[in-house]
Amino acid sequence: MELLEALSAKFNYWIYVIIMMIGLYAMISKNNLVKKLIGMSIFQTAIILFYVSIGVKEGDTIPILYHDQVHPSHGDSHHEADTGHGEDHHPSHEEIVANLHIEPDDFANPLPHVLMLTAIVVGVATLGVGLALTQKIYRDFGSIEENEILESIKSAK
Amino acid sequence: MIDQSPAIILLAPFLLAILLALLGIKREWLCFPLVITGLAISVAASVVTLMRVIDEGTIQYLFGGWEPPFGINLRVDGLNALVALAVSTVSLLTAIYSKRAVPAETSDKVSQFYTLYLLSVTGLLGIVLTGDAFNLYVLIEISALTSYALIGMGSKRATLAAYKYLIMGTIGASFYLLGVGYLYIKTGSLNMYDIQEQIVANDLLGSPTILVAFILIMVGVWIKMAFFPLHAWLPNSYTFGPSTTSTLLGPLVTKVMIYVMIRMILTVFSPEFAFDQLDWSNIIVWMSVIAILAASISALAQTSLQKMLAFLIIAEVGYMVGGVWLADEMGIVGSIYHIIADAFMTLCVFLFAGIIFTKTGRRDLSAMEGLFTKMPLTMVGFLVGAFSLIGIPPTAGFFSKWYLIQGGISSGHYEYVAALLISSLINAVLFFRIIEIAYFGTKPAEGHGHHHEEERKDGPTEASFSMLFPLLITAALLIGIGLYNQEVVAIITDFVSQFNIGATIL
Amino acid sequence: MPSSITSFTPVLASLVSLLAVLPIVLLGKKPNLREGATFLAAFIKFGLVVSMLPTILAGSTIEFTVWEIVPNLAIAFRVDGLGMLFGLVASSLWIVTSLYSIGYMRGLKEHSQTRFFTFFAISLSATIGVAFAANLFTLYLFYEMLSLATYPLVTHHQDKEARTGGRTYLTYLLSTSIGFVLPALIFVYVKTGSSMEFSSSGFLSGHITASEALILLLLFTFGFAKSGLMPFHSWLPGAMVAPTPVSALLHAVAVVKVGVFCILRVFTGVFGTDYLQDLDIATVVAWIAAFTIVVSSLIALTQDNLKRRLAFSTVGQLSYIILGAALLSDRAVTGSMTHIAMHAVGKITLFMCAGAIFVATGKKYISQMDGLGRKMPITFAAFSIGALSVIGLPPTGGLISKFYLVTGAMDAGQSALLLIFLISTILNAAYLLPIGYRAFFPKDPELAKQPFSWKTTEEANWQCITPLSITAVLAIILFIKPQFLLQLAGLMVGANG
Repeated sequence: MELLEALSAKFNYWIYVIIMMIGLYAMISKNNLVKKLIGMSIFQTAIILFYVSIGVKEGDTIPILYHDQVHPSHGDSHHEADTGHGEDHHPSHEEIVANLHIEPDDFANPLPHVLMLTAIVVGVATLGVGLALTQKIYRDFGSIEENEILESIKSAK
Repeated sequence: MIDQSPAIILLAPFLLAILLALLGIKREWLCFPLVITGLAISVAASVVTLMRVIDEGTIQYLFGGWEPPFGINLRVDGLNALVALAVSTVSLLTAIYSKRAVPAETSDKVSQFYTLYLLSVTGLLGIVLTGDAFNLYVLIEISALTSYALIGMGSKRATLAAYKYLIMGTIGASFYLLGVGYLYIKTGSLNMYDIQEQIVANDLLGSPTILVAFILIMVGVWIKMAFFPLHAWLPNSYTFGPSTTSTLLGPLVTKVMIYVMIRMILTVFSPEFAFDQLDWSNIIVWMSVIAILAASISALAQTSLQKMLAFLIIAEVGYMVGGVWLADEMGIVGSIYHIIADAFMTLCVFLFAGIIFTKTGRRDLSAMEGLFTKMPLTMVGFLVGAFSLIGIPPTAGFFSKWYLIQGGISSGHYEYVAALLISSLINAVLFFRIIEIAYFGTKPAEGHGHHHEEERKDGPTEASFSMLFPLLITAALLIGIGLYNQEVVAIITDFVSQFNIGATIL
Repeated sequence: MPSSITSFTPVLASLVSLLAVLPIVLLGKKPNLREGATFLAAFIKFGLVVSMLPTILAGSTIEFTVWEIVPNLAIAFRVDGLGMLFGLVASSLWIVTSLYSIGYMRGLKEHSQTRFFTFFAISLSATIGVAFAANLFTLYLFYEMLSLATYPLVTHHQDKEARTGGRTYLTYLLSTSIGFVLPALIFVYVKTGSSMEFSSSGFLSGHITASEALILLLLFTFGFAKSGLMPFHSWLPGAMVAPTPVSALLHAVAVVKVGVFCILRVFTGVFGTDYLQDLDIATVVAWIAAFTIVVSSLIALTQDNLKRRLAFSTVGQLSYIILGAALLSDRAVTGSMTHIAMHAVGKITLFMCAGAIFVATGKKYISQMDGLGRKMPITFAAFSIGALSVIGLPPTGGLISKFYLVTGAMDAGQSALLLIFLISTILNAAYLLPIGYRAFFPKDPELAKQPFSWKTTEEANWQCITPLSITAVLAIILFIKPQFLLQLAGLMVGANG
């Protein structure tokens, strides 16, 4: 019973652990260089999922404020005012913030999302470098299978 | 301007990298001056920052004016001011060396190489200076990605080595990232200093989450610093890449990662956690003993100079990890001093290896036959570096061994002391092998003095100025850091004493 | 409490030869001027050392701290009785050896003479540095410097033998200094937290346990492997591949004496003879030394190569000095210190003779030297005098030091060691006297029949003959007038007692 509870309560962690292990396995045991890179991507994705999942709260929504929520009192009239009439009253940033009536609990934590945007970029860049290296290896050795490459190095010595 | 000095350390190479990327392709002659300018500014800023830290204590630089823990800050205290200075100086010296080496070895990609070079240095400096844990991850990856590319620009085997490094390095950095994630869950903060405050405030020292975070971060950092047995990526990467790459990365990357480990232990997790709570000292010290011995013995088996030096780097990493985990104040002081000393020692011998490769085109040990007569100044520079790695006074290496052994004795870890001494002797064997080859040469000497004039004419001639100058400056620095070790150690001890290490253990 | 004077002189005495390196290198093309630089440095060095003699004999010491390099530890110089004794020996014999080196190197038209004289000068700097070191750290610093500076000298010939000899040399010296001395040094530093200055009664008591003391004692004794204590003695015969002037000064005087000097310093200045007596741990060292004396003398008997025989003789003689120190009694320690000087003078004579024989005739083996005395009377006469000094017979100075050693052994109640002294003296005579005897009175009747006349002598050049004659005469002088040596030794012992 306890095991089931543990599994279901923290299922997000279990999922990411499994995905991570799949990625790790691919990275280490596959011979094909591209498959290793795929494994690396899977591995990094698991971490990204993990981070995003820790920002989730019960009954929350995405951490983006709609226009209505930022300028609640203006409603439709504000839309029309935006189309060109120089309104004489643009609320300052402090005023907007002071007038905001939102509960942080309603929104998922945006910080992990932001962090993961960075991490995704890093992952893409790493993948790019990895693929570029793989291409060069293919040009130099004529193969992208690790065992074949090592063979050709040994025989070249 | 002075207030901006920590940021300038980072930004000078960064902005100049961009400039180089834009201008350098068409005007290759611009590359070298731009690199030197960027790094020289960085060195100057590091000196200013160090002076400020000595005067004022810890200084902070807030990016965008956002206060921590919301904003990202640079937090410079005695520890990273010194390391930043070491990193920027090593980069500058290597850049001077690269003037001939880069066009020779990567002739078609000079501007790209230098762009990546500057970006890599930016990454390393950022790692040293930042006060934010996630920012650290980003900077680790910046320096890592650029190093993969820098290594991959070498020979055929270099590309494969770079690939393996990429795989292993990504695993390491990802573990680190995971660890930071766990820390964030529990403390809600990413700022290094703030994390510790949160841990203390919420009494989280015994929490399993924090423990898992620590383990993940440690393993991640160990992979990136090539702590035996997670070292497999290092030997090939530093052997087959272009000589400038090895000269830049060899002295710096592993040492910067050791700095990260120290920073994590002292500032983020607190020594109480790492040393009292966990009580892993014995195990990790034994692991470092094995690391030191295994790496030193592997070095003995090598016939290629650079591979031998690569294994020495791994042994030195063992010194420093062991020194930190002795949980003794002197041990940590010794490790920090060794970061700086080792950066320059490794630079010295890698510069030498690069010079040999440039002059003889060979990487094996017998390329050094008879060099004492043909390249006397180069050999003098090499001797200082070799003596420092063996631990002969008055070079810096002797003093770092002194402090580390002191730490070992006062914490009762005699196995660590024994490992240090044995590896010193193995280093002596390694380097005297080279000295012998260089001294004796191929022809047994005849009875007449004038034969040496003839020997001078064939074979390699003395290294060119742009390569010799950094080598001799590094040698001078090694002796200077050794003789003046008191000043450096004073700064370090100031920093370390605030943590009261060892007081709680005894 | 002896008063102390602060003066730069000891530092200068050490530095002089280091400074001489620059002129030696620059004058490399002009041999006479280059050798002139060496001589000038040697005379200045000797002069500086002698200038400090009156102060020391009056009971004061001279000090100078150069640099505090590690918290509470400085590179510092201090001249006391023992240091002055050794300093005098080393600096005076450098002058003599320099003249000899010129004769030898030019006689054989050796290569790389500039490098030779350069590293010779650096080695002397290190030697005086050891002599005048004020604390363990400075001592270690100069000890290492000496190991490194002598390597190019040992391997001078740059052939295969030199390579092997050089390797043995460094392996033994560096592994013992880094493996034994360095940890012992740091251990002492950690346990005592002191500046490790040599004091007249040692500074270790009260800081370490008895078993730690024993381990430290052994670490230091074996760590200073330049003292030739078995089993770390093999570097000494191996180093005989060096040119004879190197063998003469460095291995009969400077390098090996540095080794025993360091041991003496550790016994008297770090541990203190009282402390060692209380703990009764020095007997171990005494017996190891006794073993070395006997075994090395036996090995010496079997050697036909003259230099190798002399090398093993040195191993034995050095252990006399160690034995004297380990006996701890006043007279034994005095004998020990005096023997540094007596053995130095005697041995250097023997080595210079060996070199002169090689220069003049190319002979290295004793079996070849029958009847050679007729051709080289001065050389073999000097040889015989040197031999007498090493054996410890009158009218040479060796008798004085042996006397003190023997009586010191009796004082310490170690009568069994008297037997060792007797046996080794007989062995010494057995391996040294026949050389001179057979040179003058060869067995082969053919050789014996040769008439002797000064005109048919084939001595080596005058630069070789003069120095060895000087040292032979010095050996006799030291017998007649050993007072100042005894006084210097007495200063150290008196303070201890």
